[in-house]
Amino acid sequence: MSQISIKGVKKSYGKSQVVHGVDVEIEAGEFVVILGPSGCGKSTLLRMIAGLEGISAGEISIGGKVVNDLEPRERGCAMVFQNYALYPHMTVRQNIGYSLKVARVPKAERDARVMAVAKSVGLETFLDRRPGELSGGQRQRVAMARAMVREPKVFLFDEPFSNLDAKLRVAMRAEVRRLHRDLGVTSVFVTHDQIEAMTLADKLIIMNAGNVEQVGRPTEVYNNPASRFVADFIGSPAMNLFDGEFDAEGQFLYGKGGRMAVPLLNGVRSPGRKVVLGVRPESVRRIGADAHGAIPAVVDYVEELGASRLIHAEANGSRFVAVDTDMTEITSGMPVHLSIDGTALHLFSAEDGRRITH
Amino acid sequence: MERTAYYRNSVLPWLLLAPQLLLVLVFFYWPTSQALYWAFTLEQPWGGGNAWVGLQNFLNIFRDNAYWATVLRSGLYALVTTGLSMSVALILASFVDRSLKGTKFFQSVYVWPYAIAAPAAGVAFRFIFAPESGLVGSLNEIWPGLWNPAINGGQALLMVMVCHAWLGIGYNFIFFLAALQMIPRSINEAGAMDGARPLRRIFDLQLPLIAPTAFFLLIMNIISSFTDSFGLIDTMTEGGPYGQTEVMVYKIYFDGFKTLDYSGAAAQSIVLMFIVIGLTFIQFKWVERRVHYH
Amino acid sequence: MIERSPFFNFVTYLAMAIGAFLVVIPFWITLVAGSQSLQEVSRVPINLWPSSHLWENLQVAWARADLGPKMINSFIVAIGVTVGKIVLASLSAFAIVFFNFRGRMISFWAIFITLMLPLEVRIVPTYAIAANALLPFQAILDVTGISWAVNALSGVQVSLNWNLLNSYTGLILPLVATATGTFLYRQFFMTIPDELVEASKMDGAKPLEFFVDVLIPLSRTNMLALATIMFVSSWNQYLWPLLVTTDRANFGTVVMQLKALIPAQNGTPDWNVTMAGALIIMLPPLLVVAFMQRWFVRGLISRDK
Repeated sequence: MSQISIKGVKKSYGKSQVVHGVDVEIEAGEFVVILGPSGCGKSTLLRMIAGLEGISAGEISIGGKVVNDLEPRERGCAMVFQNYALYPHMTVRQNIGYSLKVARVPKAERDARVMAVAKSVGLETFLDRRPGELSGGQRQRVAMARAMVREPKVFLFDEPFSNLDAKLRVAMRAEVRRLHRDLGVTSVFVTHDQIEAMTLADKLIIMNAGNVEQVGRPTEVYNNPASRFVADFIGSPAMNLFDGEFDAEGQFLYGKGGRMAVPLLNGVRSPGRKVVLGVRPESVRRIGADAHGAIPAVVDYVEELGASRLIHAEANGSRFVAVDTDMTEITSGMPVHLSIDGTALHLFSAEDGRRITH
Repeated sequence: MERTAYYRNSVLPWLLLAPQLLLVLVFFYWPTSQALYWAFTLEQPWGGGNAWVGLQNFLNIFRDNAYWATVLRSGLYALVTTGLSMSVALILASFVDRSLKGTKFFQSVYVWPYAIAAPAAGVAFRFIFAPESGLVGSLNEIWPGLWNPAINGGQALLMVMVCHAWLGIGYNFIFFLAALQMIPRSINEAGAMDGARPLRRIFDLQLPLIAPTAFFLLIMNIISSFTDSFGLIDTMTEGGPYGQTEVMVYKIYFDGFKTLDYSGAAAQSIVLMFIVIGLTFIQFKWVERRVHYH
Repeated sequence: MIERSPFFNFVTYLAMAIGAFLVVIPFWITLVAGSQSLQEVSRVPINLWPSSHLWENLQVAWARADLGPKMINSFIVAIGVTVGKIVLASLSAFAIVFFNFRGRMISFWAIFITLMLPLEVRIVPTYAIAANALLPFQAILDVTGISWAVNALSGVQVSLNWNLLNSYTGLILPLVATATGTFLYRQFFMTIPDELVEASKMDGAKPLEFFVDVLIPLSRTNMLALATIMFVSSWNQYLWPLLVTTDRANFGTVVMQLKALIPAQNGTPDWNVTMAGALIIMLPPLLVVAFMQRWFVRGLISRDK
């Protein structure tokens, strides 16, 4: 049985709908990351699970119980907020223990539990400070400790690391993973950072413009993006995408007179069919001029990454990005030849952007 | 906060400041020091300037039971008007802070009393509370002689205080609402996630967080109860009946301008100044302990 | 919003409606009584619905309290104070915030201490100064011996005198002489980033050009807020005009006339006229507040920092 079940959930403010019907099942103990650009409705969805936003249509149940009409306090979820939302007038100890105090947990037990949780996130020496006297990372820990102390059924994270610097973010990511491994509590984590999402998630939910684009394991989403949006959104550098159509011989026509032989099923390559062809930069190679099927291109600029580099080049009026590990000198304006790995092609419908299986 | 980018010029700033400094000197520092001078001197009955009398003027007012009655009354007045006005404003602000549909309308209505001159409100409330009129006075139809602020000092004081509290609602409301809206929404949400019900959140989270504003308002209300009460009392009761609505400012006005006892009025002014300065000083000290959210 | 229960929403609306009732009822009664005839207004209990005599009551009140010229006086005072305050406050705040000069802190405190003592508290001595605004300078001349010297050398008795009683200057100047506006402008100027000053220096602007071309346009909202606050508070002044105008016929303001509208102890209880008059007198600041609400609320709050 799934821990959280979201069925046909919609959210609208007045006339504008921001979540257009989401169906997702979240298993017990799973770490689920909702990923999407800002404004895609991911935070709204999380807040509907928490009970901070009303549900306009559909049904959310937690632990088999429909929670649509329950107040946040009755849902058994704990939440870590984007800006931490610590109580500025309370000490760390009071912040962490507030939910227990509200629940009338006896003082001795409360102190013990606060201490235990504080130790597990390394806050035991800061218990008598106020949030204003803590660093960003410490505040983040207080926010997590406050969520943990209640031993909730579900953890909700609303972009919790977006105010931290890059280094701290990596450290906190590891910590969240560790906590999840130790506690095994179902967690829903919202972010717009794809690296955060890929590294944390058991299951990834990609959202765009109020719709779920794809649900799956991170590698699955990376290897088989379900839509043009996902293909473009996941992966850095972004996937090369070419709008075009097939000709009578089944070759792919793109850009200004570009023509590419693609090893795809015949049924897919019906002449005149408009599609989007995608290939990841690591599947685009620089090869010798005389190689078979080489695409002549002109280098626009090169981004050095140290161990490798990205070549931005133009061919047939289309832009190509290639990952290159051969470190011979390349400069802008140089002619190069590119080849595309025919086994790593992605095909999307030009009409609705969905993936075409081949 | 100190800025690092300045203009350096030794003449221009003084020219810019000159008008304000001159006005402040003439209409603030001179009168204030003059009050000090009068408070320690007594004007000779038939000219000949002022004679130094030391603390005599202060001793005179402190020995006067009528003065102490005025001080106590001012204290009661401050307490009641401040308490009443601030609690009504806080309750309204808390509900408005829920931002339900149509709240904007209520919000703008609550500000109206701020615009009203104390004497104008005084006249309106005098009619509302007039024993012969058909509003509160209707009580006299049921229980003859029950309500008459013209002869009952307690009722007269109550009437003035209610009016004063009403006048303060707008100002207090604006500040309370602003303070409540300054609290990040997520803090309230975190409280809800932690299991606290609305009332609990008000007491545990919102009230402590707006405490500095509440304290600021407390001081401003007390000061206003000392100063703005004049217009109300003058239009509603003229200090009557039998001086039972006379507060400190009214007595200063009366002694200074009606009985022309400048020295006594000056001594009373000094006392009032000390009270107000003391309150403001406490306020300044408190402001530094303001809560910061980020 | 978190607790969305219809019941809680109902409680909220109910409370807000009761609040609105409490706030509006004095205005309503003023309007209702002001629109009734003498007979209607004397009814016990009174009918709380407007009647048809508003216009005639307004006219009677207008004539009885001589509101025409008094309105003009009130407007002159309110606008005088407002304009005076904005000009003085912006200039002095500019000097205090953007210049580094000897005496900066002393000037700052000299001005800001005036926030502590409202006019009402120091009314008696302020009145004395209104009789001769040059008294402080006379005192300075006397104490420093300059008067004596002038007298001895030229035989002229130095006696400076500038009577402010019964004059617009007397009504306006003491109200301008407080720090509220300066404080508001200072708070705003403090938020101007250093880079802006530096950029204007790089562009070759002189201090006054920076003030006129950058600060004034940026502080427009601030100015509207201050204007609203000052207009309302000076229109509503009561004690000071009462003292400084002995010649009420020529220099009285409308708020001073309220008392003259109250029915005499044993006279006709024509509260309808009184209330019609009160209505006229309440209206200008009420309109200003209603229309300027957005700006003035922000300005009012920025004082509290």
